[in-house]
Amino acid sequence: MATENATFSGTASTDFTGAVKRRRIIRQALLYLFLTVWAAAVLFPFYWMVLTSFKTQASYNSEQRPKFYVSAPTTENYSEAFTAVPLARYFGNTLVYTIVTTGLMMVVIILAAFAFARLEFKGKTFVFTLFLSLMMIPSELVIITNYVTITEWNLRNSFPGLILPSITSVFYIYLLKETFEQIPNELYKAAKVDGTSDFKYLRRVMIPIARPTLVTIAILKVIECWNSYVWPRLITDKPEYFLVSNGIQEIREHGFGRDNIPAMMAAVVVISIPLIVLFLVFRNKIMEGVSRGGTKA
Amino acid sequence: MKITLDHLTKRFPNRNKKIREDVIAVNDFTFEIPDGKLIGLLGPSGCGKSTTLNLISGLEMPSSGRIYFGDTDVTDVPAEHRGVGLVFQNYALYPHLTVLDNIMFPLGNLRGSEKLTKEQMRDKAMEVAKLVQIDELIERRPKELSGGQQQRVAIARALVKMPSVLLLDEPLSNLDARLRLQTREELARIQHETGITTVFVTHDQEEAMSISDQIVVMKDGLFQQMGKPQDVYDHPDNLFVAKFLGTPPINVFEGTVKGDKLFVGDEAILSLKLENAEVPEDGRKVYVGIRPEGFIPAEDGEFSVSLSKIEVMGRDTSVVATHPAAQAATIRAIIASDAPVNAKDGTVRFRIKPAKLHLFDSADETRIDFHVI
Amino acid sequence: MKEKLRQYKAWLYLLPAILFLGVFMVYPLVDVIVYSFEEGFNFVTRTSQGTGFFNYSYVLHDPYFVQALKNTFLIVIITVPVSTGFALLLSLALSSIKPLRNLYQTVYFLPYVTNTLAVGLVFMVLFKKTAYTDGMVNLLLNAFGAPSVDFIDGPYWAKMLVMCIYTVWVVLPFKVLILTSALASVNPDYYKAARVDGTRPSRIFFKITLPMISPMVFYLIITGFIGAFKAYSDEVALFGTDLNAAGMNTMVGYVYDMLYGASGGYPSYASAAALLLFLIVLTITCINLMVSRRSVHY
Repeated sequence: MATENATFSGTASTDFTGAVKRRRIIRQALLYLFLTVWAAAVLFPFYWMVLTSFKTQASYNSEQRPKFYVSAPTTENYSEAFTAVPLARYFGNTLVYTIVTTGLMMVVIILAAFAFARLEFKGKTFVFTLFLSLMMIPSELVIITNYVTITEWNLRNSFPGLILPSITSVFYIYLLKETFEQIPNELYKAAKVDGTSDFKYLRRVMIPIARPTLVTIAILKVIECWNSYVWPRLITDKPEYFLVSNGIQEIREHGFGRDNIPAMMAAVVVISIPLIVLFLVFRNKIMEGVSRGGTKA
Repeated sequence: MKITLDHLTKRFPNRNKKIREDVIAVNDFTFEIPDGKLIGLLGPSGCGKSTTLNLISGLEMPSSGRIYFGDTDVTDVPAEHRGVGLVFQNYALYPHLTVLDNIMFPLGNLRGSEKLTKEQMRDKAMEVAKLVQIDELIERRPKELSGGQQQRVAIARALVKMPSVLLLDEPLSNLDARLRLQTREELARIQHETGITTVFVTHDQEEAMSISDQIVVMKDGLFQQMGKPQDVYDHPDNLFVAKFLGTPPINVFEGTVKGDKLFVGDEAILSLKLENAEVPEDGRKVYVGIRPEGFIPAEDGEFSVSLSKIEVMGRDTSVVATHPAAQAATIRAIIASDAPVNAKDGTVRFRIKPAKLHLFDSADETRIDFHVI
Repeated sequence: MKEKLRQYKAWLYLLPAILFLGVFMVYPLVDVIVYSFEEGFNFVTRTSQGTGFFNYSYVLHDPYFVQALKNTFLIVIITVPVSTGFALLLSLALSSIKPLRNLYQTVYFLPYVTNTLAVGLVFMVLFKKTAYTDGMVNLLLNAFGAPSVDFIDGPYWAKMLVMCIYTVWVVLPFKVLILTSALASVNPDYYKAARVDGTRPSRIFFKITLPMISPMVFYLIITGFIGAFKAYSDEVALFGTDLNAAGMNTMVGYVYDMLYGASGGYPSYASAAALLLFLIVLTITCINLMVSRRSVHY
């Protein structure tokens, strides 16, 4: 009982509340300050690109000290971005690439995950272990041969060449298999008793139940596709087949006479918007999906 | 140390944001916990007993009312300065520390003149480890211990600073039935040996009744009754307390007091006189609670029920029956196994032990005292 | 017969995945090792002059590779501890507030979903010194009395600084996300128990919080090392495709440059460099795993 006398005496109680409250308020204020400073650091580049995209080239170049506001906003940079460089083309290419790659990948991984999760066949464990071990192989290692392969198949500067190597993902097969396995096996047995075929069961039962995970995987893949840079760069050298990442690099190095920063920023805004909108709509799904094991591709 | 709760109230904003009204977890509690006793806070889940415990510990601050430890007002004293030990339902043992390090952890918080050397800390920790009989396990990690052992470690960690008050939140609910029996005896022994005022929360009335010096019964944030377990059982202040205590539960009937007779259905089962209560001309409606052990089989008994079945349980016999005035679908009487049960046309007759019969007002369900005439 | 049919059907479901993985992952893995030992492989005629360690020796003596190695190690050594530590600070701050928490979390996650090439361009504009203007960051530096520096075409340390700042900016969202959910999953009873015992905040952090989230911290350190060793597109975003000229190439960049572009056409050298990178990453990851196994106790 040594503590009781040492810790509180009759008058101490009122002092406690005052001091504790004051300290808590100061602490909270400092926390918010810290968080806000970093939030500003995150948002500032976005603010700057939108701001600059509305400045005329002349006014941007005349600003020895960059201004934080725009006095006479102009949209001419946006029309410039779509006319002076084939931005619409890059955009369309990326859209096609993203949709086809994601779509095909979903089919491939659903079939594989279903086989691993529900079907019985010889060597299942062995094949699955083999699949898992593939997860450790860095893409940098295999990209060299893939580059040679696609070149040999004469698929450079073509959509198949862009798409083919990114159609499978071992990690997503693994993720989906786990989800499929959580669906009670009784459902499968019941369907078998009713004479439902495997494929119909997959289509009518598994896919609807696993829809949340499927959507998450699809969104993550879309983000990955939209931002992919290395493979498209290796496999395309004709601007007709550039994706937005390569397009923006091309614009930076050769477009707009190199120094038209506001027009470049307009292009940057245009290619950033789709993903930001996607993020704001599916915020929870994306964050949950990423924390379940996504790493920046 | 004596603990006094004085008009203690705790409101929470409603989780459902559409409802503006606050949830009142603890509503105007006033009672006194005597020094050096083991007190059971008892009530169904969601009745506010854990909140009461958190208020005493200082983890939560009351919306209004005061808390006194001894004569000191500790309402505004933060948890760390109240000198309480707290044992969590899931024990909250640090998984990365050994048993000994877990027990020594609170001692490492002492500063200034109270600061202890490593040896002193170790000695103190070993002392309580011996008290709770886990001194053989001190090098293990929590996940290598059984549930009962983890519980003891948690108690040791709460005791090591020699708190003036020990608080336990559902201390036995994570243990299996056999361990629970053993651990509750252990708990009573530890409390007895240390003499620390101990409050524990439980929803299990048997647990509370068996080891508490006193129990406090709560319902929906409202204080119901406090007293020695047997006293509360024998003199429940209201219908809820009567129903909540006792297994099998008390049998409740709708009855009427007319003149000096108590009627259940058409039968006058007892002659009595109400104390401090008027009986109107056309009778007074009451709830009649009869404990299962209050029935004595007798062929000339005043109380008749329709027999459903007889369950023989060895030590005693359980008579399951129905009665039109009963609240529940079936009623249950516990009688000695050698007592004969004669059922004529499916009817069994009982005499009633007056001490096992309780009357409650039909409107506010409070106790109505009476004496037999 | 029926059993055979079932087996056959299961393999049919797996066929697309096996086909694609075989062609684009398993075969290349074998092939890249073969390439790396084939001396003077000709891309057009697909012939080589022999086998041996020549490619490795060439790569290791290439000053560009040495430069790339140095850059990569600097990026790893600087950004992994800085980003992990800073992410921990942000996550701790995030977990201690209630109002606006979701808003901050959303903002912090934003860089994860943006195109690093595109935002890299914005960073370049902010840091670059041109004929017209010294740029936003230099303006800020001048306000504190420091002289202007060209961070994009200027001295090495300045370029490395921007590189690291941008890398941290890019990798933080993932780390903050993982750490905040790790912090949220710590049972609040531990904190209550510590509070009742009067534990100081610093002791709570080092004795309870950190050990509890240590598996996730190690996970982040390991993936952080791997990710930083593979740095490439962030560099391109800031300094352009000709990283060798900028002196800012990385190991992955070296591999790609050997393969393709103005200096490309040498898949053998690329393969040797890629395998060297893989060996380094593997070694570091093993060391990391051993350390984490020793420090994470449950």
